[in-house]
Amino acid sequence: MAELISGLTTSHVPAIGAAIDLGKTQDPYWQPVFSGFEFTKQWIGGQKVDVVILVYNDHATAFSLELIPTFALGCAAEFQPADEGWGPRPVPVVKGHPELAAHLAQSLILDEFDLTIVNRMDVDHGLTVPLSLVYGQPAAWPCKVIPLAVNVIQYPPPTARRCYQLGKAIGRAVASYPEPLRVMVWGTGGMSHQLQGRRAGLINQAFDNRFFDLLVSDPEALTSITPLEFLRESGSEGIELVMWLIMRGALNARVRQVHRFYHVPASNTALGHLILDNRA
Amino acid sequence: MRQPQPYDDIPGTTVFDAERARQGYHLNQFCMSLMNAGNRAAFKASEAKYLQGWPMTEAQRHAVLARDWNGMIALGGNIYFLSKLFSSDGKSFQHVAAIMTGSSQEAYAQMMLEGGRSPDGNRSLAEWKDRG
Repeated sequence: MAELISGLTTSHVPAIGAAIDLGKTQDPYWQPVFSGFEFTKQWIGGQKVDVVILVYNDHATAFSLELIPTFALGCAAEFQPADEGWGPRPVPVVKGHPELAAHLAQSLILDEFDLTIVNRMDVDHGLTVPLSLVYGQPAAWPCKVIPLAVNVIQYPPPTARRCYQLGKAIGRAVASYPEPLRVMVWGTGGMSHQLQGRRAGLINQAFDNRFFDLLVSDPEALTSITPLEFLRESGSEGIELVMWLIMRGALNARVRQVHRFYHVPASNTALGHLILDNRA
Repeated sequence: MRQPQPYDDIPGTTVFDAERARQGYHLNQFCMSLMNAGNRAAFKASEAKYLQGWPMTEAQRHAVLARDWNGMIALGGNIYFLSKLFSSDGKSFQHVAAIMTGSSQEAYAQMMLEGGRSPDGNRSLAEWKDRG
């Protein structure tokens, strides 16, 4: 049977992708950001991950206002890095896992999560920056990736509780897949940040650190955070943190924290990164 | 007519809800069109003419031409769509964030280096009532 071995979260700030692509990771501004991923790059090498279910949001790239799926599961064999207006990032094509994705789609819909199935989709920095942070700059990504795009652009995004419950359903679906795959779930985006209006630049370190603590030890407590509280406390874009709850819901109640990293600022954002082992 | 929402109380923040998405639909889709290099060239050749091809309000067109970012957001623009416009201008998120907050880019970048804008004093309109 497939095994969900671990979960990981990270912010997906586009300027981080630009820093990697332009060779600026050792610049004084960026070096502290990338230092938090040195452990991760070592650790991931020993994990032999077959598939990553990568929860992220599209930033008006694959989905304009013409079509706004709340949860969109990428079921294709491959996904091209998107041209976000300045040419695609120079990163490998993202290879999917259509068999596991099809199993997930069928299991989740029967489990009453009404997903959108996507068979053609370019993937933007929301998905490729986390891959670059964890795997660096390989010629090909060393694992298959199943993108799960979540709408957090047009309010309201799915609630914290709904995301956590979807994660639980993903955990059940992975456990019922007959092939012996080693699977990770990544939740991306966040932490606190606001990119718009006179309150732009908001960072709430107390909120972020409490979110980290509870995500490890008592994630149920986070499911009562309302959309209003996310907006007010973590900024209008900090509400992306609901995606971390999909990751956490997929794991067991008890997990072991392997690595935790927090740094302000990465451009306009509080960068957070966490690795959780599912075999506590 | 717009119904009051609980998040209207968050100062300096415009939540991109379904009503604003409707109001800003063509403004945002215009921005989306700038993902295409040919469209970017046409827009740069004549911004006013290009905008006439989109069924936007005159106020929206004026805000685009003036690069009035807060104005575009007030008229239904969303920051991720507006990023296509400022990227076409060669500007960064941080450049535009500084303008929206009324800071110089240097002062804004320094605020971020010092830990960002605190939530304290920035949670509710009541806390901003003495500000201009």
